[in-house]
Amino acid sequence: MPDTIKVKLKIKRFDPAEAGGKTWWQEYEVDVHPDSTVLDSLIEVREQEDGTLAMRCACRASICGSCGMKVNGGAKLVCKTRVIDVAPNGEQLIIEPMGNQHVVKDLVVSLDAFFAQINRVEPFLQPSFVPEAEYTATNDSMENLLTSMNCIMCGICVSDCTVLEVDSNFIGPAALAKAWRFTEDPRDSKRDERLKALNDEDGGIWDCTRCMKCVDVCPKGVAPMDRIMELREAAIEAGNTNTHGYHHTESFYKSVKKNGRLDETRLAIDSAGMFNIPRMLDLVPIGLAAMRKGKLPPLMPHKAEDHKKVRELYERVEGESK
Amino acid sequence: MYEHDVLIIGGGLAGLRAAVEVTRAGVDVAVISKVHPVRSHSNAAQGGINAPLTDRGDDWESHAYDTIKGSDFLADQNAVEIMSSEAGEAVLELERMGVIFSRGEDGKLGTRAFGGQKIARTVFVGAITGSAMLHVLFEQSLKLGLNVYEEWFVTKLIIEDDVCRGVVAIDIKTGEMHTIKAKAVIMAAGGAGRVFEPSTNALICTGDGLSLAYQAGVPLMDMEMIQYHPTTLARTGILMSEAARGEGAYLLNADGERFMEKTAPDYMELASRDVVSRAEQTEIDEGRGIDGNVLLDLRHLGREYIEAKLGYLQEVSVEFLGIDMAEQPVPVQPGMHYIMGGIKTDVDGATAMPGLYAAGECANVSVHGANRLGANSLLDTIIFGRRSATHAIEYIKGIGSHSKDESVLASEKARLQGLLDRPKGERVATIRDDMARGMTKGIGVFRDQASMEGALENLKNVKSRLGGFSIENKGKVFNTDLMFGLELEFMVDCAEAVVAGALTRKESRGAHFRTDMTERDDENWLKHTLMYKDDEAENGVRVETSDVKITQWEPVKRVY
Repeated sequence: MPDTIKVKLKIKRFDPAEAGGKTWWQEYEVDVHPDSTVLDSLIEVREQEDGTLAMRCACRASICGSCGMKVNGGAKLVCKTRVIDVAPNGEQLIIEPMGNQHVVKDLVVSLDAFFAQINRVEPFLQPSFVPEAEYTATNDSMENLLTSMNCIMCGICVSDCTVLEVDSNFIGPAALAKAWRFTEDPRDSKRDERLKALNDEDGGIWDCTRCMKCVDVCPKGVAPMDRIMELREAAIEAGNTNTHGYHHTESFYKSVKKNGRLDETRLAIDSAGMFNIPRMLDLVPIGLAAMRKGKLPPLMPHKAEDHKKVRELYERVEGESK
Repeated sequence: MYEHDVLIIGGGLAGLRAAVEVTRAGVDVAVISKVHPVRSHSNAAQGGINAPLTDRGDDWESHAYDTIKGSDFLADQNAVEIMSSEAGEAVLELERMGVIFSRGEDGKLGTRAFGGQKIARTVFVGAITGSAMLHVLFEQSLKLGLNVYEEWFVTKLIIEDDVCRGVVAIDIKTGEMHTIKAKAVIMAAGGAGRVFEPSTNALICTGDGLSLAYQAGVPLMDMEMIQYHPTTLARTGILMSEAARGEGAYLLNADGERFMEKTAPDYMELASRDVVSRAEQTEIDEGRGIDGNVLLDLRHLGREYIEAKLGYLQEVSVEFLGIDMAEQPVPVQPGMHYIMGGIKTDVDGATAMPGLYAAGECANVSVHGANRLGANSLLDTIIFGRRSATHAIEYIKGIGSHSKDESVLASEKARLQGLLDRPKGERVATIRDDMARGMTKGIGVFRDQASMEGALENLKNVKSRLGGFSIENKGKVFNTDLMFGLELEFMVDCAEAVVAGALTRKESRGAHFRTDMTERDDENWLKHTLMYKDDEAENGVRVETSDVKITQWEPVKRVY
């Protein structure tokens, strides 16, 4: 193995001091140890090539959450991203600031929006009583919460969230994973209130489109989308059934069970609620546009050929879960 | 211009614990930190926090004695008594705030074994205890609506008639400089690990707080006491928690021997950190290492157990070295980890200067003496973070109005502009690396007169170059380049005090192990070293000493 490898970087720069802010791409080449991380390479750039490059980093051990940024289009914690894994043949690495967050300078984004989202979920324990010593709880219940407490608030899930890209009001994956940490905590007394708020709120648990992106990019195994799905289940179990989200889920369930395939027309109507006139009217232009493009689903559902098999699957799964 | 009754520098565990206390008292408070609080280095504490819980058959005197023995009898025993006797309740309070500590069968806090203690009294959250605590204290700060100057960098303390009255700081996001006046300032700015290379410490651990106090005339105590952690990951220097050994991991040399048997037959891998690090270094120096490392072997614990109890260690080992700990031992070596020394305080966090308090790693109370026990650093932060807050709240009752002095802001602006205006010179990183490598070489696991003098000569050379570095970035917004220059100056102050303390102490005690004076000398050196910045003195440092406070435990030979 050679003593060093050459790392080629193309970095998206931003200088707010220039009128209106100036954005440009800048290329660098540095020599680093073959085992180096992308962060090691960026530090080499900053210390030896260009002191004007702004970025955050601190622990170098994937625990402080400072160094989230995009590498070749996807957000990563660069301290735990080895160069050989992302550029095995010396390919140029494209480095950009995280997405869905306001860029302050170069690779530094503002944390304000991220922490505003966290603040929306009342992110602190709200117990109903104070014990003299500690709250007693099972070890399993505490280890369960590790999933979410592993979150280091790096913002990477927020960066690559496809919902936040189009709807900045979405509470977002990190904050919802944080909310889950309290609804699942046996010491918290506000589980029902929390679930109701997350269910009812605009931008709450039903706005996730289940694209899996946050699960893919999270560097700490928090799997925010899985937490959001668990929040949905818990919210329904707690009796929160009067929402688009619940109607959508229920319609999906029923139509596949009945026909062995999804009745998309029914799904749209059920999700909105048959008597929700404004929402129904919203659907009209979407329906017309779909019709023009020949994409309108059939108004009456066809049954799938093997729909009985689908029914059997339902019965087997539901039997097992009982 | 901003004003607060209490200003806390640092948003880690000590700072946030202090802030919670001041807020609860209804007193106006703000935290100022060069990073967002959840980025603080408290995150990196992995293994746990010591809590002698009396309802579980433990007693605080036992923890106090283990701490004092661990300190090689340099800790002030009155301070240790306070820390140990308040520990149980302080940890329970954290649990009640929401920390998800591991549980025993009975649903109460569970414990694991840790170094230098025969009783398993370390409570923990997997291998992310510091992070789990920091995030819960941050949750509490959100609940309380704590005012935080996030990403503000303190450049200078405002001192008026020898009383601390606030700070001057840069808002990193705008580059503007401001005065923040305060009736009391609590320094909770963390350690100075980057004075050494390599170090387990984050790049932000540059001794800012130590230097700011030292420049203001406040003494730094026992700075020669540098902890080398026995298990840092080969090449990367990343910390591998003592929890691994607490859960039963072995240390092996190249011949597959558990070499701790030779130096600590009773405690084995769980002897005090200084003892284990020296044993490892001896194996490596005598040719029984593997490429400068020894092996940390967890294989007998089994995959399931490793992943449940030490998940973060497995993550680091796999991702940074490609080693699955359930299949293969991990190469580790001693690495600079913690500085026992710090700003001298009393048990209430008060420093020699009215209006200035200190807590956490930047402070020296002293509870760690010559060697800190694992899982006592987190305890130190919450006990003395809270105590410094309580005392500062009392202190400000006697302070009428804020300082009227505006001159420090102007002089600091001029000083920083001077740095920016320098002609092109040496790079900050080059000087910093020379300093840090020289410190590791001279003030290592083992040291002697010649190595320490080498560190001093190296430092003289470094100091002579401080006037010649230049700042390439002339911009205002997020100018980290300027910050690194200021941090280098902070680190050099710390290095100066470390070297002066090391050259002064003519014995071996705890982490200060001299191969040319291998014995502890209680007759002459049961003393603290106190370093004062003094331009008149040799090398710019005046060194004094003070007696160690002994309450009930007479020093005895330290055997593990």
